[in-house]
Amino acid sequence: MNTESKRKRKAQARPWVLVMALLVVGLAYSVVVPPSSSAETEMTQQIEEGKAIFDVSCSSCHGLNGEGLSAGPSLIGVGAASVDFQMGTGRMPAARGEAQIPAGEVVYSQEQIDAVSAYVASFGPGPAIPESSQYDPEGLNADEIARGGALFRANCSACHGIVGGGGAMPEGKHAPALGDTEDVHIYEAVRTGPQQMPTFSKDVLEDDDVRQIIGFLNTADEAPRYGGLGMGNHGPVSEGFWIFLLGIGGLSAIAAWIAKKGAGAR
Amino acid sequence: MMAKPTTVVEDRTDLESRPAEHGAKHPAAGTATWLDERVGLGKIGKFGLRKVFPDHWSFLLGEIALYTFIICLLTGVFLTIWFKPSMAETFYDGSYQLMRGIPISEAYSSTLAISFDIRGGLLIRQIHHWSALLFVASVTVHMLRVFFTGAFRKPREINWLIGMGLFTFALLAGFSGYSLPDDLLSGTGLRFADGLIRSIPIIGTWAEFFVFAGEFPGDLIISRLYMAHILLIPGLLLALISAHLALVVYHKHTQYPGAGRTDNNVVGYPLFPVYAAKAGGFFFIVFGTMVLFGGLFQINPVWLYGPYDPAKVTAGSQPDWYMGWLEGAVRIFPNWESHIGGTTWTWAVFLPGVGLMGILMTGLALWPFIESWLTGDKREHHILDRPRNAPTRTALGVAGMVWYGFFWIGGANDIIATRFELSLNAITVFLRVAVILGPIIAFIITRRLCLSLQRSDRERALHGSATGEIVRSADGGYDEDHVPISDGEQHALTQHAQPKVLEADDGSGPTGVPGPTKVSKFRATLSRWYLGSQILKPSADDIDEANHHEAQHGVEDAEARRELD
Ligand code: HEC
Ligand code: HEC
Ligand code: HEM
Repeated sequence: MNTESKRKRKAQARPWVLVMALLVVGLAYSVVVPPSSSAETEMTQQIEEGKAIFDVSCSSCHGLNGEGLSAGPSLIGVGAASVDFQMGTGRMPAARGEAQIPAGEVVYSQEQIDAVSAYVASFGPGPAIPESSQYDPEGLNADEIARGGALFRANCSACHGIVGGGGAMPEGKHAPALGDTEDVHIYEAVRTGPQQMPTFSKDVLEDDDVRQIIGFLNTADEAPRYGGLGMGNHGPVSEGFWIFLLGIGGLSAIAAWIAKKGAGAR
Repeated sequence: MMAKPTTVVEDRTDLESRPAEHGAKHPAAGTATWLDERVGLGKIGKFGLRKVFPDHWSFLLGEIALYTFIICLLTGVFLTIWFKPSMAETFYDGSYQLMRGIPISEAYSSTLAISFDIRGGLLIRQIHHWSALLFVASVTVHMLRVFFTGAFRKPREINWLIGMGLFTFALLAGFSGYSLPDDLLSGTGLRFADGLIRSIPIIGTWAEFFVFAGEFPGDLIISRLYMAHILLIPGLLLALISAHLALVVYHKHTQYPGAGRTDNNVVGYPLFPVYAAKAGGFFFIVFGTMVLFGGLFQINPVWLYGPYDPAKVTAGSQPDWYMGWLEGAVRIFPNWESHIGGTTWTWAVFLPGVGLMGILMTGLALWPFIESWLTGDKREHHILDRPRNAPTRTALGVAGMVWYGFFWIGGANDIIATRFELSLNAITVFLRVAVILGPIIAFIITRRLCLSLQRSDRERALHGSATGEIVRSADGGYDEDHVPISDGEQHALTQHAQPKVLEADDGSGPTGVPGPTKVSKFRATLSRWYLGSQILKPSADDIDEANHHEAQHGVEDAEARRELD
């Protein structure tokens, strides 16, 4: 009987549960979805805006759908990070095809760059624009920054030179100096590997490693120049240049003066 | 214009001046007498102090070499107090933040300590390195001075050979020092040297094991280099420098041609006091310059380079300047390699590296003997050549410098590429052509230039110097006035001997009597190439005649260029 009445009650309660569940779901839906639906419209708005810019300034080289043309590579799957790097350092939109498109003046606002990034990201999955916690070296201690130096020497200085001073590459290309590069762009370069530069995945360099490298580059850039003027900063090449110019040249001039001076001479 | 010294003339045929008159007793006289009675100070002093030195700025290049060597010794002693020549690993805990906690060798760690934690250490380190660079540079330029002025000729051939020894050890001194701090650049330099050693056919690998006590880099090379750098090489340099200077004193210094200067005298100042004051003063100027360099200009910032790791190279890593040309040669040389039997012959390293150094050293060492073979000149020379009067030698020297220079540029190819935005490959292709064509073109141009300078000397000797005043003569012609030059200049322009081209001679004289000299056809041909085109200097008769004509006005002088025979 007990069980009977229980079953009865349950049966009576069922429609209510259903209604309640519907209500909860509906409420939850109304809580969760409306904002995201407005975000979606914003997103589509942003992508739309990006598409507009892309069609005007990028499609001539990269194709209307980023599929790539002879003048520029395919952008499918390069990810937002790549676009943010290329546009944020002023490389893109390129003026003309060159052996290596140089960094230059940034012609778009960050908002527009974000728009184009979002649009290109919609072509296919790729590295996203990083959160500041991924690249910001704030809070690293001295040992970690020193470790960043070791990582930099191990992975980067073969191309970028001592402390990121830059270096030559075959075929008229070069690895640029890193002194003025923004933290976020360093991170993005590491993850997207522009040009000849290899792409370093998270298996090779973890986010923390990249942060340490960035920390090292910043600290080294701010470090005082121990020992005096760098005089060109080309290591032994500038040292040799100056020892001949000032050392041999200067002392020869003094020697000429001494040889002229003499007791009772002239 | 060189200052006219107070014409202290010293006869080469042993004419030492008489002892100074003894005046009032000097406080130092007691000691002097004491020493004189025991070690013959008076004699030494008389011999040394009255020695006459001619004055010319280029004679001070050797002195720069001497002084920078001394500066290196002094600063080097300071460095040895702190430097630890060990490749054992430690974790850096000094005050340079960017190396905190990184595992590095004792050698590198102690170099960082000298740079950051020892008072004055960085300054001394930088003075030491700058002086080492200037040492090798001044040795090289001094050698060039000796070459271009013909100061290596009889009787100074032996001193030239001692000089070659000095040159070699100067390079080794610099290189061994550069390799000590065990930073990335010094390791890269050692790696390069290791490559050179290994590229020697047949014995290469064995030699590598011998030098590095095993495979590169091993863990002994730094302490071995240290021994060579602070003991062996400076010791040898010191011994050779002593012999070198003793010979300079013994032969007496050469002098440039000028009034009253002959192969039998020296015109200049006595060593004491004038020359000593000048030389002493110059020492302090050189020292001061090096301190300024060390204090103002950064050199070899090892803390930036990081510790050596055989797996790494850095863009823009270079050796010090004197190794740059070999590095450049290796960089631009085509990548040749052959496998014979089980052996690998790395021509791409052996030919440019070991081969070029061999060519340079052998060529330079033999040159005095080659030249006297070409000219048949067996006389003593104490008057220097003006470079234009030895046109082929001068042209060869300039060609050699251009050749060296292009290799040198090759050593900095990456820096030139980034600095001037050029393509690395284009630079390499250009240099491959330039190291061959450059010297040839330089040779031709230089020889021409020397000959035209000779021609203008001849003009000047014959017709005096142009005043720049144009005079119109009565019959309407224009003429530039010339004034005669001084006798001294006349002498300087015409004193040089012009050796005759050697004729082929089988040893039988015209009368059928066998003569003493034999000259092969080959030697005669080379001699003609070497001496063939000279502008005949005017004889005394020519000058008289020219003066005569000058008085009469307007007669063209005969064609100057004549083949000597
Ligand atoms: C004049 C032709 C041209 C124009 C216009 C141009 N690009 Fe490019 N882009 C290139 C070329 C060529 C490359 C190849 C990279 C290189 O050589 O440096 C490239 C590379 C890229 C890359 C990197 C691809 C990768 O593999 O990581 C991105 C991202 C990119 N472009 C985005 C853009 C965007 C966004 C625009 C418009 C704002 C644009 N480009 C306009 C020619 C162009
Ligand atoms: C194989 C050579 C190579 C290596 C290794 C390399 N890079 Fe690069 N890097 C390049 C080249 C080439 C470029 C220029 C790309 C271009 O201009 O499109 C570049 C560009 C960059 C830039 C952009 C600089 C600017 O201001 O525009 C950054 C940042 C950078 N690299 C960081 C790194 C870091 C960090 C590492 C090590 C983790 C590294 N790179 C390793 C070759 C290299
Ligand atoms: C450690 C390196 C050297 C030192 C300290 C040194 C020092 C000197 C000095 C002080 C003089 C006299 C002044 C002068 O003519 O400049 C001299 C002369 C000379 N040196 Fe050197 N020298 C060095 C290397 C060389 C080299 C590498 C060569 C050639 C291969 C050379 C060849 C000569 C010759 C031939 C003279 C005599 C010059 C003359 O009398 O005109 N020396 N040296």
